[in-house]
Amino acid sequence: MNIVVCVKQVPDTEAPIRITPDGSGIDETGLTLVMNYYDEHATEAGLRLREQFGGTVTLVSVGPERAREALRTGLAMGADDAVLVSDPALNGADHLGIARVLAAVIKTLPHDAVICGKLSTDDNAATIGAALAEYLGLPQATAVAHLEVDAAGTGAVVHREVEGGVEVVAVPFPALLTVERSLNEPRYPSLPGIMKAKRKEIKILTLENLGLTAAEVGVAAARTALVRLSPPPARKAGRIVEGDTEQAVAAILAFLKDEAKVL
Amino acid sequence: MTMGADIWVYIEHAQAAPKKVSLELLSCARSLSTALGGNVVAFVPGSKIDRVIAAVGPRGADIIYTAEHPLLDTYTTDGHAAVLADAVRAESPAIVLVGSTAQGRDLAPRVAARLGAGIVTDCTTLGWRDGKLLATRPMYTRKAIGTVRVTGGGPCIAVVLPAMYPLPDADSPRQPEVRRRPVQLDGKAIRTSVREVKSVHRETIPLIEANVIVSGGRGMKAPENFAILDDLARALGAAVGSSRPPVDSGWVPHDYEIGQTGKTVSPQVYLACGISGAPQHLAGMSGSKYIVAINKDPNAPMFQVADLGVVGDLFEIIPKLTEAVKKVKSGIGD
Repeated sequence: MNIVVCVKQVPDTEAPIRITPDGSGIDETGLTLVMNYYDEHATEAGLRLREQFGGTVTLVSVGPERAREALRTGLAMGADDAVLVSDPALNGADHLGIARVLAAVIKTLPHDAVICGKLSTDDNAATIGAALAEYLGLPQATAVAHLEVDAAGTGAVVHREVEGGVEVVAVPFPALLTVERSLNEPRYPSLPGIMKAKRKEIKILTLENLGLTAAEVGVAAARTALVRLSPPPARKAGRIVEGDTEQAVAAILAFLKDEAKVL
Repeated sequence: MTMGADIWVYIEHAQAAPKKVSLELLSCARSLSTALGGNVVAFVPGSKIDRVIAAVGPRGADIIYTAEHPLLDTYTTDGHAAVLADAVRAESPAIVLVGSTAQGRDLAPRVAARLGAGIVTDCTTLGWRDGKLLATRPMYTRKAIGTVRVTGGGPCIAVVLPAMYPLPDADSPRQPEVRRRPVQLDGKAIRTSVREVKSVHRETIPLIEANVIVSGGRGMKAPENFAILDDLARALGAAVGSSRPPVDSGWVPHDYEIGQTGKTVSPQVYLACGISGAPQHLAGMSGSKYIVAINKDPNAPMFQVADLGVVGDLFEIIPKLTEAVKKVKSGIGD
């Protein structure tokens, strides 16, 4: 079974971010960049399918050359190959543009399943997976929290977390899946895995290599543009009540009635 | 594709009732349509949807388009994407609004890709500037707010978070005209099949629809202690959630989790009980209108964002608060 996993390099969510003074983006000085953690779960899902069925796990990413490091993480976890599309013409591309680029790469690779994280923790858009499924003409199952592939590898039954329940969906392969954090526990790269990953070549492609043009997928084709980034509205600490239980209950009750008006 | 002036709302429904967020988006559509002078259109796909239409009717739409077909009875990406994309192609609305739910997030990017429509997700506000749609949305796990402009011609799709727009009253004087759109669907084109929807048993309402959320953290100490939060939630008509530690410890199911790795909520009131206030949790709830925190530790970071902070023992406070809320609700001692 041949699996393609889409990977994005993002700022470490544990670290604070600094917005540039002009609000055009974030200041990358000293920023720790990591593989999007939903993509770690996607990589893990791919590796488990390879263990079950044989085949290959290929990682694909779109981003600046530094994104190689995120692919290196996935290779160290055990993926077989990695491809990075890096082209300055993609600056300002929107999600649909990026999904088109991913589709162009994946069409050149054998794929029984394409696995993406549910979202990336930088722009939080959750858009690439389903758009990519459309461009590849594949059926999709998004936000997969449980995955069972049938013995012949012809399809899967997945659990999707929906509001107030779990949807059990059968999806035939080849298919595109986006995965939840609860799907699995990603493995840590082993030391031999890290050493092996260091020696692996990461293929870097440009739009030209893929037969795409900036006019088709770059900023000229983008339907959305980030105007600015701002800090979230600051919340001020409010009143603090320290007293006995009666005082505490009275304060909360008064707040719910008079300020929040929910009682 | 030319751009019309109508604003559409994709109406998601379950058990013959429209989802609350879909109705909220009729308010959003109305505020956006004033500048364009077009209609507010409710798009209702499904099978046997008369009760949904009746429920949407008095919420302020000008037109209700239906797409009825037995194959649309259960949501599938292929089925709903086909009818929504066909209808948008035929009618060219300016904007299609979709609620940010599991279904909405599954559907909207697929349809946007099919139509080449601009898509912006998890919007908190939408408005016009210089004739362009401008959206705000949380980014970088709520450490920043992005302002996004939709450019280019043709329809665009905005996926909007719940609880951002008011629920319109069910007393609109508008009598929406119901137009039944013909639907052509081939069963073979629907590649996935929903085997079952297991509803997770909850005594309280879904988190993303709740006006009030009672949430517990590590300070709850043990799984059985969540019962006191359930009692308070019942009294308040609230939903129960949690921070990550209770989920990781197996005290509550995964779908309770609010935060960076869980759900994003923005209720009127968020009552944080024994939650220290780690950035990963704040990322999921700092959009709440009011935050009330109860914690033993006066240095808990949650107090930095709470409108009302109570330093005390939640195991004493919460049961008494529940009794007091019940009294107010029943009109005694008010």
